Amino acid sequence: MSSPRDVVITGIGLVSSLGEGPDAHWQKLAQPGLQPVLEAARFAPYTVHPLPEIDWNLQIAKRGDQRQMETWQRLGTYAAGLALDDAGIKGNDELCTTMDMVVAAGGGERDEAVDAAILAASESRNDRDVLLNEKLTTELRPTLFLAQLSNLLAGNISIVHKVTGSSRTFMGEEGAGVAAVETAAARIRSGQSTHILVGGAFQTEHSDMLLGYELAGYLHRGPWKPVWQRQGAEGGGLVSGSGGAFLVLEQREHATSRGRKIYAELGPVVSGRARRSRGELDAEIAALLKQAALPNGKLLAMSGASGAHTATSAEKAALDANPAISARGFATLTGHMKEAQFPFAVALAALAVDRKAAYPVFDAATEKPFEGIPETVLATAIGYHQFEGMALVNTA
Amino acid sequence: MANLRDHMGRPIVAVTGIGVVTSLGVGKADNWAALTSGKSGIHPITRFPVDHLNTRISGMVDFLDSSSKGASLLTYELAETAANEAVAESGLDSSDFGGPLFLASPPVELDWHDRFSLYNSDGQGAGAERLLRVARGLKETDTFATTQFGAIADRLADRFGTRGLPITLSTACASGATAIQLGVEAIRRGECDRALSIGADGSATAEALIRFSLLSALSTHNDIPEKASKPFSKDRDGFVLAEGSGALVLESLEAALARGASVLGILRGCGEKADDFHRTRSKPDGSPAIAAVRAALADAGLSKDEIDYVNAHGTSTPENDKMEHLSLSTVFGERFGSMPVSSNKSMIGHTLSAAGAVEAAFSLMTMRESVIPPTINYDNPDPAIVLDVVPNKKRNAEVGTVLSNSFGFGGQNTCLVMAREPV
Repeated sequence: MSSPRDVVITGIGLVSSLGEGPDAHWQKLAQPGLQPVLEAARFAPYTVHPLPEIDWNLQIAKRGDQRQMETWQRLGTYAAGLALDDAGIKGNDELCTTMDMVVAAGGGERDEAVDAAILAASESRNDRDVLLNEKLTTELRPTLFLAQLSNLLAGNISIVHKVTGSSRTFMGEEGAGVAAVETAAARIRSGQSTHILVGGAFQTEHSDMLLGYELAGYLHRGPWKPVWQRQGAEGGGLVSGSGGAFLVLEQREHATSRGRKIYAELGPVVSGRARRSRGELDAEIAALLKQAALPNGKLLAMSGASGAHTATSAEKAALDANPAISARGFATLTGHMKEAQFPFAVALAALAVDRKAAYPVFDAATEKPFEGIPETVLATAIGYHQFEGMALVNTA
Repeated sequence: MANLRDHMGRPIVAVTGIGVVTSLGVGKADNWAALTSGKSGIHPITRFPVDHLNTRISGMVDFLDSSSKGASLLTYELAETAANEAVAESGLDSSDFGGPLFLASPPVELDWHDRFSLYNSDGQGAGAERLLRVARGLKETDTFATTQFGAIADRLADRFGTRGLPITLSTACASGATAIQLGVEAIRRGECDRALSIGADGSATAEALIRFSLLSALSTHNDIPEKASKPFSKDRDGFVLAEGSGALVLESLEAALARGASVLGILRGCGEKADDFHRTRSKPDGSPAIAAVRAALADAGLSKDEIDYVNAHGTSTPENDKMEHLSLSTVFGERFGSMPVSSNKSMIGHTLSAAGAVEAAFSLMTMRESVIPPTINYDNPDPAIVLDVVPNKKRNAEVGTVLSNSFGFGGQNTCLVMAREPV
C-alpha cells in the first residue's frame, strides 16, 4: 500500500571503477561473468579498484571549483551532480534551495609529498615537534585544509550544485552511510523534509586511505579473489575501491506532483551497533534481518560485504542460513567504498527493482542465481570493523 | 498540567542534564564562576613547541589525563567527562542511558607522533610504503582506533549504554549545535524519549593550529593571551583555537515529568541553512545566516520580539563578527540595538566542533541563573558594529529565551532557540 509520505528514490548518481551513472552500472553488472577492473601494481601488495576516467567538467563547470577540491571531494561532488541531474533537480533553483542534504564522509587526501619529506627528515632529527612546525608552516598549501575537511564535501555540493536547504555530514565509515540514509528517510516520513540528497564518496588511491584499513591488518594481499572467497588468503580480506553513490530521496507525493520517474520505494532502514568484542555480531545481524521484516518468498540481497574476514563470514553465514536469499557481493566488482558502501548498495537494489530483473551472480562459485522479478531487494552494509545496517527497497 | 506538545503538535523537548568542560575548568560550577567573573581561559601553548608559529596561544584543555595523548583520546575524555556530568544530573542510569547518541567531534587523522613512531620503528624503504608495511605488522589496534571516524562514539556508546548506532557528525564549527538538533528531531519524531547530544573537541594539535593559521583565521595577539579574543572589537584579528566539550541530556517533556526529573530548560527550536557562496566566507548579504535564525524562530514558534538574549557565535574574526551583526540586525531590526548579545568565546576561545554544545550549555545556565556572561576585552568597540555586547562585566537579568548561533566553514549555519519554561 503506497502512502503520500513514502520515501521514494528519484535520482541515482554512481561512480565506480565500472563507470559512471545508473545505466552504465546496470549494463555492466547485468553481464554474466563480468570481470572487475583492478589495479594491482600501483599499491602492491594491495589491489584496488581504481576510478574510471572522469571528465570533471561535466558536473563541476568551474575550473576554480575543481582546483579547490582534492579527488575525494571532486568525486563526491560529481556523483551528487549525477544524482541531481537524474532527478531533474539540478539547475532548478526552487528545488535546490529547499533541498536537504546528508553526506557520509571520512577525510580527504593529505599532501603525500610533504608528509614523506617530514618522515624522511624525522630519521635524523630528535626535535620532531619543531621539525613539524618548520615544515608544515612553509610547505602546506594554505587551502589544502579545506580540500581535506570532512564537511567540505557537502560544502562543495552547496557551492557547485546550489543545494542549500540544509547540510549535515555524518562520519564513521560504513555506519555513516547507514545513518545518513536512515536519518534522511526518517525526516521524510515524519514530514520534516520533502526531498533530500544523501550519499558519500571514497577515494582509495591514496596511501592514507589504505593505512586507515591496514593499521588493523584489514587489507587483502596477494592475488585478487571474489569478496566471499578471501577467508584464509593472505591479509585481512578487504579490497578497496574508489567510487561514490548519491541518492535523491523524496516524499512520494512531492515526486509525483512534479511528475518524476520513481526508481523504487525505500522501505525500512535499520541499523545497529554490535559489541563485536563480546561476540554480538551474529545475533545483531540476525536481529537486523528480523527487524527489516523480510517479505515471504525469494529475495535478492545486494550485500556491501567488504571481505574483512570476521564481518564477511558472519554476514555470509546469516544470509546463507535463509535459503530464500540470493546474495550479490558487489564489492567483488567495485571494491569496498567505505562511507559510500551503503548508499551504493541501496542504489543497486533500486536499479534491480526498477529494471525488474536481478543481477546475474558476481561469483559463480558461491552465489546462486535469482529467477524472476525482484519486487523487493535487501541492501546491507556490515561494517568491516564496526556498525551494521540494512534496508529494504521495494517496487515503486 | 503542563502542555506537552509544541505549537506544531510535536513533543516538547526538555533538557534534564548539562555538562561542560572548557579551558576554564571541568564542570558547570567552575565554568560558570569563571565565566561570570570575566575570567579568560586563554593561555600560552605548552603542549608542543611554538617555534616558527605565528600564533602561540590557545584555549587548550591542558589539565585532563589525556591532554597530551593526542586528539582522539583527549576528545574522548572531554566527551566522556561532559556527558558524565550531564547524565548524572539527569538522574538517568549512567551505564544504561537507553537513548541514542549524537556526537559532534573533529575529523580524525593519524597523529603525527604515531606517524613518527611507526615510521622510525623500521629502517627499510621510505614514505607511505614503509608506513603500510609497518602497519600490517602491528600487534595492537589502539593506533588504528584513532583513525576510525566512528571510534570515539563507539566507545562512548559502550560507556553510557546508549541505544543503537551512534551518529558522529561534523558541520564544522556548527557541529555542536547540529548534535543537539539531531537529538531534538529524533525525540520529536517519536523515535525515542531521550537522547544524549555531545560536542567535544580536543584536536588542537600543531597541525590544526598551522592549518587555521595558513588561512589567516587565528589571532596573533600573543603577548597578553587573555586579551586576544575580542569579539566585536575594532582590533579583533582572528579567533583563538580552543578545546572543550558540552553535553545535554534531551528528553521529551512528557517523559521527564513522568519520572519526576528536574527540567533545566527547553530546546524550543532549531534552524539551519547552507550557504553556497564560498568555502570560508559568507554570502555578502548574510542571507543564509538570516534564514537560519528565522528558521530557528519559526521552528520555536516565537517572534523576533520574543528573544531576550543572543549567545553569539562571536568568534572575534573580522569576517564573522561583521556578518553576524549584519544578520542579527536584519532579523531583529530596531530592537537589536538594545538587545544583549554576548560571546562566550571572548573567554574560552573557539572550541570548534564543541562550540555549539558548550554555548548551548552556557545559554541554558544564563536563563537558570538570571546572569548574562559578558563579552570581555571589549575596550575598543568596532564603530561599524553597534551592539549591547554586555561589555566586560556580567549582567543580572531575567532571561526567558535565548538564541544561540553557530556558523562554520563550508557554508554551515545552525541556530538554536532555548527557553527557560515550557510555556
